Amino acid sequence: MKRLTTLLSVLVATMSTSVFAEYGLNMTEGVTEISKNIYDLHMMVFWVCVAIAVVVFSAMLYSMFAHRKSKGAVAAQFHESTTAELAWTIIPVIILVLMAIPATKVLIDLEDTSKAEMTVKITGHQWKWQYDYPEEGISFISNLAQDSKDAIRGTDEDRKKAGNDNYLLDVDNRLVLPSGKPIRFLITASDVIHNWWVPDFGVKQDANPGFINDAWVEIPVGNEGTYRGQCAELCGKDHGFMPIVVDVVTQAEYDKWVSEQQAAAKAAADSANKTWSKDELMAQGKSVYNTNCAGCHKVDGTGMPPVFPAMVGSPVANGEAADHIGLVLHGKGAMPAFKMLGDSDLAAVITYERNAFGNTGSVVQPSDVKSAR
Amino acid sequence: MTTATASHDDHHHGPEKGLMRWVKTTNHKDIGSLYMWFAFIMLLIGGALAMGIRAELLAPGMQLMEPQFFNSLTTMHGLIMVFGAIMPAFVGLGNWLIPMMVGAPDMALPRMNNWSFWILPFAGGILLSTFFMEGGAPAFGWTFYAPLSTTFAPDSTDFFIFAVHLLGFSSIMGAINIIATVLNMRAPEMKLMDMPLFVWTWLITSFLLIGAMPVLAGAVTMMLTDRNFGTAFFDATGGGDPVMFQHIFWFFGHPEVYIMILPAFGVVSHIIPTFARKPLFGYSSMVYATASIAFLSYIVWAHHMFLTGMPVAGELYFMYATMLIAVPTGVKVFNWISTMWRGSMTFEAPMLWAVSFVFLFTIGGFSGLMLGIAPADIQYHDTYFVVAHFHYVLVTGALWSIIAATFYWLPKWTGKMYNEGLAKVHFWWAIISVNVLFFPQHFLGLAGMPRRIPDYSLQFADFNYISSIGGFAFGASFILLTYIIIDCVRNGKPAEARPWPSAKGLEWTLEPKAQYHSFNTPPSRKLIEQESQNS
Amino acid sequence: MSEQEYYVPHGTYWPIIGSIGVSTLFVGFANQMHGVEWGASVMALGLAITVFMMFGWFGQVVNESTNGMYNKQVDRSFRWGMSWFIFSEVMFFAAFFGALFYARALSVPWLGGADNNIFTPDLWNAFSASWHQMAFLAPGTELQSGTTMSFPAVPEGLTIENATPADVVDPWGLPALNTALLLASGVTLTYAHHALRAGHRNQIIGWLVATIALGVAFLGFQIMEYSHAYADGLKMTTGIYGSTFYMLTGFHGFHVTVGAIMLTVILYRVQKGHFDADNHFGFEGVAWYWHFVDVVWLGLFVFVYWL
Ligand code: HEA
Ligand code: HEA
Ligand code: HEC
Ligand code: CUA
Ligand SMILES: [Cu+2]
Repeated sequence: MKRLTTLLSVLVATMSTSVFAEYGLNMTEGVTEISKNIYDLHMMVFWVCVAIAVVVFSAMLYSMFAHRKSKGAVAAQFHESTTAELAWTIIPVIILVLMAIPATKVLIDLEDTSKAEMTVKITGHQWKWQYDYPEEGISFISNLAQDSKDAIRGTDEDRKKAGNDNYLLDVDNRLVLPSGKPIRFLITASDVIHNWWVPDFGVKQDANPGFINDAWVEIPVGNEGTYRGQCAELCGKDHGFMPIVVDVVTQAEYDKWVSEQQAAAKAAADSANKTWSKDELMAQGKSVYNTNCAGCHKVDGTGMPPVFPAMVGSPVANGEAADHIGLVLHGKGAMPAFKMLGDSDLAAVITYERNAFGNTGSVVQPSDVKSAR
Repeated sequence: MTTATASHDDHHHGPEKGLMRWVKTTNHKDIGSLYMWFAFIMLLIGGALAMGIRAELLAPGMQLMEPQFFNSLTTMHGLIMVFGAIMPAFVGLGNWLIPMMVGAPDMALPRMNNWSFWILPFAGGILLSTFFMEGGAPAFGWTFYAPLSTTFAPDSTDFFIFAVHLLGFSSIMGAINIIATVLNMRAPEMKLMDMPLFVWTWLITSFLLIGAMPVLAGAVTMMLTDRNFGTAFFDATGGGDPVMFQHIFWFFGHPEVYIMILPAFGVVSHIIPTFARKPLFGYSSMVYATASIAFLSYIVWAHHMFLTGMPVAGELYFMYATMLIAVPTGVKVFNWISTMWRGSMTFEAPMLWAVSFVFLFTIGGFSGLMLGIAPADIQYHDTYFVVAHFHYVLVTGALWSIIAATFYWLPKWTGKMYNEGLAKVHFWWAIISVNVLFFPQHFLGLAGMPRRIPDYSLQFADFNYISSIGGFAFGASFILLTYIIIDCVRNGKPAEARPWPSAKGLEWTLEPKAQYHSFNTPPSRKLIEQESQNS
Repeated sequence: MSEQEYYVPHGTYWPIIGSIGVSTLFVGFANQMHGVEWGASVMALGLAITVFMMFGWFGQVVNESTNGMYNKQVDRSFRWGMSWFIFSEVMFFAAFFGALFYARALSVPWLGGADNNIFTPDLWNAFSASWHQMAFLAPGTELQSGTTMSFPAVPEGLTIENATPADVVDPWGLPALNTALLLASGVTLTYAHHALRAGHRNQIIGWLVATIALGVAFLGFQIMEYSHAYADGLKMTTGIYGSTFYMLTGFHGFHVTVGAIMLTVILYRVQKGHFDADNHFGFEGVAWYWHFVDVVWLGLFVFVYWL
């Protein structure tokens, strides 16, 4: 019933702006110059099409009503007119040329990344994004937030709560960007093609394995906030579940965030030098496993044979630690490489796999992983 | 075995009896019917898969299936509709109609004709059997981009590859046959510019098929060796490039979409003059426009690849070339409307479908033009806006024309009339539901819903719900369509030889149910002129 | 038969047999690639059915033709059919040539940082782009993005800087010889055609035998060359150059083989006296095919071996 009313209200009030906003009937204007230019282009072409449609369809409708046999219409016999043919060839060409000019300008502008003042490298993996700030030495992985994951097979209520109304559009680690600065994105992938898309930025670019594409964005000061997007290229099973969330903050806040991250990275590096207890490793490993590995190998370790092997009783998890470390570091076939994870996380997840699910393998320390790299 | 069967003694022997008639047949009408029934069954199967898609998308959350299976549904739906339903349906129409329209006894290469059809059930069977294989059916989209379809695909992919080889083989043989028929079997008195537009559009489509299908075969062959024999065509670690796959695929893929629409243009160009009771406007410009569209279709392929990171010059070129296609297509639309202008129109079922084709195809064309604007495609690409675009051109374009053609020529095929009242009910049912199904997808796409996702965030819930309801209603309309056709075949009232009094074309000069071999003696110049669309 | 009557064949089982054969072949092949034991035998069965179908079908056509059941119009239909079939073959090869050009002109330079790919080399350790030797990274070399290099290293003794095509295959050795052989075979075939027109049976046979012999010699040298290339480390698995090299020459060699078999059949038919000066579509169809194979080779010689 609620849906029915929605349907009706949409149909009745299609033109009112409030409906536009609420239901997202139109393309977002976005916040960057590029996204606004794209929006203008879109509206321009749209109205041109509407205008042509009005002319074409009214001629057709008029004819359908006026020239009906039941109204006694007698068929004329004309069937040729060079003038008409020329007119409706030339006029569309002119319209198209007029459309092409602004389109060309926008295209050239958005492909020119030379103005950028900082760089973020974005790597698509099945099914998560990795963000590197090469100059700042920051690197992290961004997964779909756990509450959304849980809600996929949950109730409507779960989905409403997940991510505060951002079910499936929420992540654990967000990309953080400063406003007022031209930023270059270097976009690539490690396995299949992904596509990094944030509509509000007007940035959408394929991430091709083995190649680096670039794109750029400048979020004007005053537009700090959270922006969301999704992977926009079919990349396998969980293509629908690799969202993008960007926090745009002021330069000052950004600088603060950077130093926090650098401190945390240092702490992680230090912790990799200590020897962990098995319990510590197992606890940490469980969370790493559930975020990174459970997508394929399942939370209970049963996997999805034949493509994604079970961890339960896996010959690798119960075999030589060195082989296990090597496999997780470098990947194999459809199993991605995980060397972007830190030493302690890797040690923890490997230990977890070797000792959970009824497996009986050895304990692996961060130092083992480090030396295996 | 060795007695010649020249067409002149054919009335001594009709079709063979029993099931083997259909297996062994070399008759263009039998083969045409086989094609049409095959296409119809595939349409139902592909449509049932689409119902699966719409059911999962009815509401947020994963209710019915695993994400991987959803991807298989999407992939197989696209493949089955394109290669199993639309293309065979057009080849079926071509088979049935072209020999009748050019005044020939049969197709030029009848035995090969049989083979083009009888490969299809095998190819379709192999394709469908992948659903039951370990690892599941192909799940990488009907565009099967590498490396998702090479390194990261299930074993069933190799079966899919061979199925595509077979389908391509069938299409190429079909196209060769049509070219040979049109160029060599045409009544001696019929000049090229006397040919009906359906024949013209099919002739030009054949060139698209012969140019494009072998390239697809090449692409899947490279996939096969990348997967199994260690080549590196689509693998950057060996110097190849996944984007190269897309270039090769779309060099086939873009002409492919026009393969699915040019014969549709032909069909509509027959129906509109008939029910407007007025000659087709601009016959020769229709022919030239068709040829221009075909030519352009070979040089615009990378408009599907605006976001792959092509150099800017490439993007600009492909944007301009793509926009140009609007011109010859516009010529066609304007010609149809001029044909209706000051006609004396009635709206029997075929006309209803044809007129709504002009409306809805044009809407699909407009969204195509918007997609062709490269910078704007940044926001449209891989969203439901694209899905809406291509369903408007494919469902309310290609499929619409097939339904229109079925009603229009059904009397000639069966010698019986369908039930006009029911057909009108079916039309209104279908046209309303199809718009409820696909129109909201424009909004979804603009609001940012990516395609090929099994689950979505809550903001997309309402329109998906509406779309799914429209989808189920549209799906159910096919039950009525099936009934109308079967009812016509079994209980239809006898039809006249020319059930549409103002229809032109040699096919209407045949018996009410066209005889087994159409023209035993070629039609005379006078008859051809009388029946020509170019008069 | 007269010009007005058109031959419409009776129903036929050959197509359905062909479909069964080809499908069996493919299903066997796919299973064979997946390591299923019965794959190979099913494949062989499929091949046998397909070959049986071809003998049967073509045999029937030949029979009908020699019994004078075809007229000029049927002949023209065959001609249209054959020429557009050959055109479809041209497009098939075009896909592989396209891959060659694309890799050479675009993807390899891009991997090296050309055009808008200035950042791409950041992904690769120790990479320098060059054509001909596509295997420039050691196996196991890891991409920074995490992908592992799966293609073996350059042939021993070669570095990226000094490698040229001649290190793998010298175009002016066997390939040039093969070019000469194929071109010569085109000439001998034309002589055979003239002899056919003139009705000199013995000459036809002589020229046809020469053509087939040249074709077989070509294939022999091609095999020799493969073994050289293979020994030198140019394999299908050594990157994009090896991929395009073996795909193009391999498919070409396959077409030469088919052409030679068809010529042999024609030779047999000539001996049987199937053709006369006006009626020899079978001969001409095969001749067109052979010339097509010839032209493809010229493209191969220029773009794969030479430039
Ligand atoms: C029958 C099939 C068909 C047809 C006819 C078309 C017709 C067109 N298509 Fe479409 N297209 C598809 C099937 C088809 N398409 C499919 C299946 C896909 C998706 C593939 C996939 O990714 O899975 C696709 C995707 C697709 C894309 C890629 C989108 C993306 O993935 O980002 C683009 C981009 O340029 C495009 C453009 C066009 C254009 C410009 C036309 C033009 O031909 C339209 C021309 C018609 C008109 C413009 C209307 C009539 C004209 C007038 C009334 C004249 C006056 C008009 C003006 C001057 C504006 N199409
Ligand atoms: C060529 C023609 C064609 C046709 C006719 C259709 C017809 C339909 N398609 Fe489409 N579709 C494609 C070609 C086509 N499609 C392509 C190429 C893709 C892209 C694939 C990809 O991304 O790789 C696609 C993708 C696609 C998607 C996007 C999937 C995704 O991105 O995840 C959706 C979603 O709604 C969809 C829906 C439909 C529906 C509801 C119909 C309906 O019109 C179908 C109606 C028919 C029936 C329903 C069958 C008949 C009825 C019965 C069997 C009996 C009753 C059944 C019930 C009511 C249950 N299709
Ligand atoms: C994209 C899906 C995917 C993800 C995510 C994934 N794996 Fe795997 N994993 C695979 C596949 C596929 C294989 C089989 C590889 C092969 O043998 O070719 C595999 C194999 C393995 C094996 C060997 C199992 C055996 O018995 O052969 C181990 C151990 C393993 N993975 C650990 C992990 C760990 C640890 C993680 C997370 C940090 C992880 N995997 C994440 C897909 C995945
Ligand atoms: Cu990553 Cu889709
Ligand atoms: Cu296209």
